[in-house]
Amino acid sequence: MEFPYLSSLIFVPIFGMVVVMLLPKENHKAIRWTATIISLVPMLVTFWLTWDYFVNFSGSAAMAYQEGPYSWIPSLNVQYFLGVDGISVPMLFLTGLLSTLSLLGSFGITNRVKEYFAFFLLLEAGMMGVFVALDFFLFYVFWEIMLVPMYFLIGVWGGPRKEYAAIKFFLYTLFGSIFMLVSILILYFTSEPHTLNMMTLIETCPTLSHSLQMVCFIFFFISFAIKVPVWPFHTWLPDAHVEAPTAVSVILAGVLLKMGTYAMLRVSWPMFPDALRTLSFWIAILGVIAIIYGALVSMAQKDLKKLVAYSSVSHMGYCMLALAAFSSVTAIAGCMFQMVSHGLITGALFLLVGVLYDRAHTREIAAFGGIGAKLPVYSGIMIFFSMAALGLPGMSGFVSEFMIFVGAFGALSKVLVGISVLGVVLGAAYMLRMVQRIFLGEFDMAKWGGLTEINFREIVTVAPLMVLTVAIGVYPAPLSNLMRATLENLVTLMAR
Amino acid sequence: MEFQLPEYNLRMMLPEIFLFLWALVVFLFDLLSRRRRESAVGYLTLLGLLICGGLLATTGYGRGFGKMFFSDPMALFFKIIFLGSAFMAVGSSFGIIKQKIVNHRGEYFGLILLSTVGMMFLASSQELLSLWIGLELTTIPLFVLAAFFKDDKLSVEAGVKYFVFGAFSSALLLYGFSFLYGMSGTTEIVAMKMNLAALFIANGSLGVVPLVAMVMIIAGLGFKLSLPPFHQWAPDVYEGSPTPIAAFLSVGSKAAGLVAFAKIFVNGLWAFWGAEMAPNDWGYLTGILACAAMIYGNVVAIRQTNIKRMLAYSSIAQAGYIMIGMVAVNEWGLEAVAFYVFAYMFANMGAFAIVAIVEDKTGSCQIGTYRGLSQSSPGLAACMAVFLLSLAGIPPLAGFLAKYKVFAAAISLAGRSQDYTWLYWLAGVGLLTAVFSLYYYANIIKQMYFSAEESPYRIKPNPPAVAVVAIGLIGVVLFGIYAEPILQFVKDIPAATGVIPR
Repeated sequence: MEFPYLSSLIFVPIFGMVVVMLLPKENHKAIRWTATIISLVPMLVTFWLTWDYFVNFSGSAAMAYQEGPYSWIPSLNVQYFLGVDGISVPMLFLTGLLSTLSLLGSFGITNRVKEYFAFFLLLEAGMMGVFVALDFFLFYVFWEIMLVPMYFLIGVWGGPRKEYAAIKFFLYTLFGSIFMLVSILILYFTSEPHTLNMMTLIETCPTLSHSLQMVCFIFFFISFAIKVPVWPFHTWLPDAHVEAPTAVSVILAGVLLKMGTYAMLRVSWPMFPDALRTLSFWIAILGVIAIIYGALVSMAQKDLKKLVAYSSVSHMGYCMLALAAFSSVTAIAGCMFQMVSHGLITGALFLLVGVLYDRAHTREIAAFGGIGAKLPVYSGIMIFFSMAALGLPGMSGFVSEFMIFVGAFGALSKVLVGISVLGVVLGAAYMLRMVQRIFLGEFDMAKWGGLTEINFREIVTVAPLMVLTVAIGVYPAPLSNLMRATLENLVTLMAR
Repeated sequence: MEFQLPEYNLRMMLPEIFLFLWALVVFLFDLLSRRRRESAVGYLTLLGLLICGGLLATTGYGRGFGKMFFSDPMALFFKIIFLGSAFMAVGSSFGIIKQKIVNHRGEYFGLILLSTVGMMFLASSQELLSLWIGLELTTIPLFVLAAFFKDDKLSVEAGVKYFVFGAFSSALLLYGFSFLYGMSGTTEIVAMKMNLAALFIANGSLGVVPLVAMVMIIAGLGFKLSLPPFHQWAPDVYEGSPTPIAAFLSVGSKAAGLVAFAKIFVNGLWAFWGAEMAPNDWGYLTGILACAAMIYGNVVAIRQTNIKRMLAYSSIAQAGYIMIGMVAVNEWGLEAVAFYVFAYMFANMGAFAIVAIVEDKTGSCQIGTYRGLSQSSPGLAACMAVFLLSLAGIPPLAGFLAKYKVFAAAISLAGRSQDYTWLYWLAGVGLLTAVFSLYYYANIIKQMYFSAEESPYRIKPNPPAVAVVAIGLIGVVLFGIYAEPILQFVKDIPAATGVIPR
């Protein structure tokens, strides 16, 4: 038997959680380093997997590194079944990288350190599990497991309205999950023989009646759309983002939001092509609304973190637009690029907002001005990522948006795509306005004279993200080659 | 006609007989030992329950007293639940015994054992009268136990309230039974099923009498299960009675009611559940009660400030979920019910054990008492969080698997025929209210974890209480991740009770 790489991604963090819980409560240093070092293991495994997948498996759409299906609960036909393909590998890469970076970025946590790092590792295990599970029950379990540490991380270490934000996040997502559970059960009982195996269901589901497909599709969509979040299900996001501690915001934006779009590509899109064809126009409309609405609301924000949070709504809107253009490989590839690139860029932006907040204890944009003169390095990095977020050519955001527009233009109503391009302009508007008001202009020496420059550890946390943003922006071919076979297969599945 | 004495086969009844005698031993021991060692009688009770469990394991399947006493998989499984909940209730009583009950320790534990005997007897009876006697033997000791703090107004109120409601519901139940007996000429459940079917075939309809009988019986059992609108006693009784007794009421006594319900309706009258039997079917009525329980229990629990009252409303809601499985009469339904009660036992008894531990220390059951508990007693708080998350149905805990099975039962039946599509709505209501339920369970977690200040209470629980919490924790986690043996066991239940898959 081959080494169970995918299981290790799930169980090493859980093991780490147990280790952290056994450490003495007072020894903060040991806890922080243990958690970070243990998280290096899944990170390196995801790096290796990405490389190995690229070299050996990217030519075909088949699942690689399959584990199982082993029988887990035989009387319910639940299997332990893991595997990855071209859409899960980039997500695993992102999860591994961002988890370690966020742990590194959490060294500033001084309150109840042990619990924090333990919950964080549990969160990582849950996220990895979602991206590798190929059995519906298993998928659902990981999807839910993740909510618990997230609830605690926001609720204990969050900002002033943490309790409200934490329970709102928990209830909202659970509300979505129940729709998924109903659909899973319906699929289970309509399949013959009863199965929860996603791969089998992808084969058999398109034969279901149109009305049943519609019901299941809509239920799955509600569940995943809450996670993305698609307008009008987005209201938990600004609250959760603003109240969550920095590292948790990074994970929220970088990984959790992608679970929604990932799950659409993995589950509902290939399983219900009929329903998808019927509804794709409305999905595109939702995407366009999210793009424009998110951008407009971002522009009105006074709080820096809220601005970044709403920009996520806008950026994930591009993904929805691309997913609506399901007949175009370019658009779907653009969606994947956007998921990766948004994870890198927004993750970095949240880290950087956290850096500033740690020093200034405020995130109000109007409170700053001329920071660029005092903190040149920090400002440089922040401006770099702002440019990346607004889609400057040469960085990953541009590549993904370009691909989405090209793909969607051919596949969708040209008016819709035309409107959504406006989102790019609006994106530039809010980002540049923010840069101008914080970093340029007059510097208030009395107020901000004590600000210190970004330190080495903080640079280490954002540097890899910078490198990747530029690398994907300049040379996107490896990433697109890695995904191509899988995406082409997906598009044929959706065209059934 | 030659009259033959039925075969007694006393061996089948050995666990019940033993437990009854052991209850007498416990009474006597307390009297003779002159109460020198305060915990000794408690340990003696635990020992008795363990031995009874051992006897149960060796008894095997069979029947005794003619066709009155059956030992089948369902009886065995529920007896395990009764013994388990009694064990956990006794284990979490040691603190209360030490502090509040000085003179009647033997009675306290002995009555718990007697009530357990009643439940076990009930689970084995295949006949309406012995079923009713079992139910009475279950509840009468509980009336006394609910009022055990004689100087505490709330406790006395609880006892009286429970007694009045209990007596009334028993009367209703018996009245319902009398109709069934009148129609079928027998009290034996299997024969009753046959006779009613023959009557139905002969006449083409049974008129309105079965409907009256069913309404009476559902109302009578509805009191035991605290299904709205028959739930009014539950919060007050839970609040007033000693905490371990409230726990025992919410699990043991509820499971007993469920067994009775399963025997009478799912086994005896299952053919009456279906569109062809309208308006005499019991499915709709039970479904409506289940809906009411889930909605009412979950919504009202949100407003509670006393944790025992909150758990009371939560147990009303949980009964609603269990009834979904009961209504879904197919090969999944009863399995789901049995597994749900099993999972619910660990989580609920564990949660109540922690409530008892906290109450012993602080004297309060207010939810505010739990503020900051995660920092002064991290282990206790973590266990409580796990129990509550299991009750809310968060995977990978046992409570999730239980909910999954219940909803699966409803959806599988709903998909089979047009007549049952309303079960989709029932499952839908259940799932939506499960989201509400998270709110109040999470509220306790919020109190324990999210507060910055540390709780002033440093809690050192006594060893039996720790054991109870540990059993609960192991049960909730283990049977969430590895439930296969239990699921295999409950698979035999529907077949043994004669439910034919629809």
